[in-house]
Amino acid sequence: MLEAILILAGLAIIFGLLLGFAEIRFKVEGDPVVDRIDAILPQTQCGQCTYPGCRPYAEAIVKGEADINQCPPGGEVVIQHLADLLDVEPKPLNADNGEEKEQKTVVIIDEQICIGCTLCIQACPVDAILGAAKQMHTVISDECTGCDLCIPPCPVDCIYIVPLEPELTAWKWPLPAGEQA
Amino acid sequence: MNEYALILISTILVNNFVLVKFLGLCPFLGVSRKLETATGMALATTFVLTLASICSYLANEYLLNPFGLEYLRTITFILIIAAVVQLTEMIVHKTSPLLYQVLGIFLPLITTNCAVLGVALLNVQTGHGFIESALYGFGAALGFSLVLILFAAMRERIMVADVPEPFKGPSIALVTAGLMSLAFMGFAGLVKG
Repeated sequence: MLEAILILAGLAIIFGLLLGFAEIRFKVEGDPVVDRIDAILPQTQCGQCTYPGCRPYAEAIVKGEADINQCPPGGEVVIQHLADLLDVEPKPLNADNGEEKEQKTVVIIDEQICIGCTLCIQACPVDAILGAAKQMHTVISDECTGCDLCIPPCPVDCIYIVPLEPELTAWKWPLPAGEQA
Repeated sequence: MNEYALILISTILVNNFVLVKFLGLCPFLGVSRKLETATGMALATTFVLTLASICSYLANEYLLNPFGLEYLRTITFILIIAAVVQLTEMIVHKTSPLLYQVLGIFLPLITTNCAVLGVALLNVQTGHGFIESALYGFGAALGFSLVLILFAAMRERIMVADVPEPFKGPSIALVTAGLMSLAFMGFAGLVKG
């Protein structure tokens, strides 16, 4: 009986030590703070913070290049969460980057007017626009983050912003999801 | 020498763990959607299977048998397998973060791949020696890799094929697996025993 306990415990200790050693030996260099900031950001990839996406913005915050108040889609909630995480004072949204929308919006394409130029497809950061050259395009509203980046490139102005009514079928958890800090 | 070749052929083709013994079906269906991930999974499983087979043989021969603790075999083997899988996970995370992300939950799930425990237990049951155990594990892993990669390649082609509506997705995958299993049953009799 004693032998059984000793052997099993001994094996477990040996493997534990081995794994502990391997953990140090194969340590993965990563920046957990970037991941946590990235998790707070709304992932609209809209670029209104002047960085090419949410992750680059998170990296810029960690490097100290960017301030925490440059994310209009996230608005006050994101600023508050970032301030909690980074232990700094929350500040109002930087007006240079844009304003926080009162309501979540998506865009729609007026398919009668669309000429199929694909310019909006190239502008969309989340691939929410479907279509091909000289075919009319359409927006997958489930995927649309409401960043409005597709509107400036459209040569015929056939993209409109529509507010997204909170219905049972369209309702999603508000971003950012829950407490991150 | 001849005997070792027989063990390899037997585990790879005749008694293929996935298609003839029906062990390790979870990753066989889970990660066979793309050839790339299947190859990664095959490599990881090969590493785990061979190492676990050797380690469990050593533990059984030099720790359990001398003290008459055969009844602890299963839990000891599971302990060994879990440790080896953890080690593999760390190595994969370090060497190929992309593969680590793609394999996701299936990497730690090698622990519960019944082929791994099956090989360790069958080694004891058939009374294999050290080299035989290692070869048995390695052969089982090669067989697993072979069918996993074959299956993934087939599934990739089926993806673009015109499959009737009710058969789409997992159903056609299971039908394919069944046909593959039938084909592998054809190897029975190639090696006796």
